[in-house]
Amino acid sequence: MLYRESGQFKSDYAADQAIFPIRQDRIGMAAILFAAFVVVPLIADHYFLSTILIPFLIFALAAIGLNILTGYCGQLSLGTGGFMACGAFAAYKFATAFPELNIVLVFLLSGGVAAAVGVVFGVPSLRIKGFYLAVATLAAQFFLIWLFTKLPWFTNYSSSGVISAPPRSVFGFYVTGIEATAEAKYIFCLTLVAVLALVAKNLVRGRIGRAWMAIRDMDIAAEIIGIRPLRTKLLAFAVSSFYCGVAGALWAFIYTSSVEALAFDINRSFQILFMIIIGGLGSILGSFLGAAFIVLLPIFLNVVPTALGVPLSTATIAHFEYMIFGALIVFFLIVEPHGLARLWQLAKEKLRLWPFPH
Amino acid sequence: MSEILLKVENVSLGFGGVKALSEVSFDIVKGEIRAIIGPNGAGKSSMLNCINGFYQPSAGRIVYKGVERSAMRPHAAAAGGIARTFQNIALFKGMSTLDNIMTGRLLKMKRGFFWQCLHWGPARAEEIAHREFVERIIDFLEIQAIRKTPVGRLPYGLQKRVELGRALAAEPELLLLDEPMAGMNLEEKEDMCRFILDVNEEFGTTIALIEHDMGVVMDISDRVVVLEYGRKIADGVPDAVKADKRVIDAYLGVAHE
Repeated sequence: MLYRESGQFKSDYAADQAIFPIRQDRIGMAAILFAAFVVVPLIADHYFLSTILIPFLIFALAAIGLNILTGYCGQLSLGTGGFMACGAFAAYKFATAFPELNIVLVFLLSGGVAAAVGVVFGVPSLRIKGFYLAVATLAAQFFLIWLFTKLPWFTNYSSSGVISAPPRSVFGFYVTGIEATAEAKYIFCLTLVAVLALVAKNLVRGRIGRAWMAIRDMDIAAEIIGIRPLRTKLLAFAVSSFYCGVAGALWAFIYTSSVEALAFDINRSFQILFMIIIGGLGSILGSFLGAAFIVLLPIFLNVVPTALGVPLSTATIAHFEYMIFGALIVFFLIVEPHGLARLWQLAKEKLRLWPFPH
Repeated sequence: MSEILLKVENVSLGFGGVKALSEVSFDIVKGEIRAIIGPNGAGKSSMLNCINGFYQPSAGRIVYKGVERSAMRPHAAAAGGIARTFQNIALFKGMSTLDNIMTGRLLKMKRGFFWQCLHWGPARAEEIAHREFVERIIDFLEIQAIRKTPVGRLPYGLQKRVELGRALAAEPELLLLDEPMAGMNLEEKEDMCRFILDVNEEFGTTIALIEHDMGVVMDISDRVVVLEYGRKIADGVPDAVKADKRVIDAYLGVAHE
């Protein structure tokens, strides 16, 4: 009954094209943002912020990146981890080479480096499609990780191979390094992710997003309309890798506080691919839902059986995780390729009519 | 006769040993409805594919707006004002009707990456201006009710209409229609004929169409080209073509002695 749009009339196209055309959605979004920026930092403890919310935000950002490439432009990629590693190492090199450079700028620049690398590995996409492209991006994944492990220049010739992120501050608050509080890290991540998510939404709902989706749905017809396939695909690779790169930099600097290539191996790529499949291909909201699902499921499996009096061993939990992910991915690929985001949308459509069936 | 928009001169096209087109010549005059007919496999679709740059003819010339075209890609043809629809619908299935037709206006939208990121100011003004144009096409094609529906969910006849809308959104000078009425029932065919004639009259768009329904072709087209086995066998006004002996033979077959 609460979710009704009756009485809300749109009198111009601007209102019709808004991200949230229905008033209840706008109120809901404002409430979520308020809770995320104000309520959560006040009530959440250190553990909750730094092991659940911060990785969730970073995963969501990487998932947005992959969703732009795979969900919107239809180019299957398994190189997400590699592009994240690019961002992480570029951020480390920038931060150590120019210590006085603002950390936000460092992250954006490292996203730019990842974007350039993404464009290079996106060139084969003009000729190859589908699984073959996935294999080509897999090559990017392994090559990049190999490069970062083998060349000591990337780790500034550190002997241990594991390097910690240098402390940096924004507006006088440390956001990286050991002095940074979980609250400062969280707010910093949240701001960056919120802004970049808005930019992604703006891109996909305008001219550029439509060109990407046209290439995804029917590349021949897209070309007939006047879309240039290579340019459009490379732009998708660039934007996607930018997001993955920034996510990688955040991962290394803010979440783990250490820069190591192994954090971005092939499993990371698959993990993010699972997020967008479960969350919803071609949906920004789906990127968040998928990331939340994959971050929360292991914790859920840990907490709920213990609460019910049947504690599971860590190994069992890990096995359960694989089984549930596997089953869900098969389920979503067959039944609902648009994932949780689509289920949410269907629920809202039902809610608009409730309690009537039609 | 008025100005010639497109001239095809001795165009041949081969795929390996198969000759899809051999030395076909005809022209399309500005503002007319030109039909290309012929039995299955006569090379009609190949001809359209040559015109919009999808295939490169192996010999011959194509002169568009008085300029001879060298090898070109389809997006260059689109930039030159040629739009088309396909025999088996080529819509963007995951997008709504509105987004499909908006995609047709892509070449007219100029705002760069920076403004697109913000979706504010000039980019938003541009988006709204084009939305107004697209809404006029939606009104014209009488598809207001399905504006926000993903096209994959629409019935066949409506999908054909949306595809015509997407081609019209580019404001083409030359519109190529590949079997716009294939698989439609009588009512849908009548609607589509009306749209084609209205487009031609109201917007002055030159139209080249391939169609198998002879009743439709003879009624709506100004001139007809007939192809058989990749060769042109007749060219002229509908009545002359209808009476041509070679055309009758091609369609009905020749009696063996």
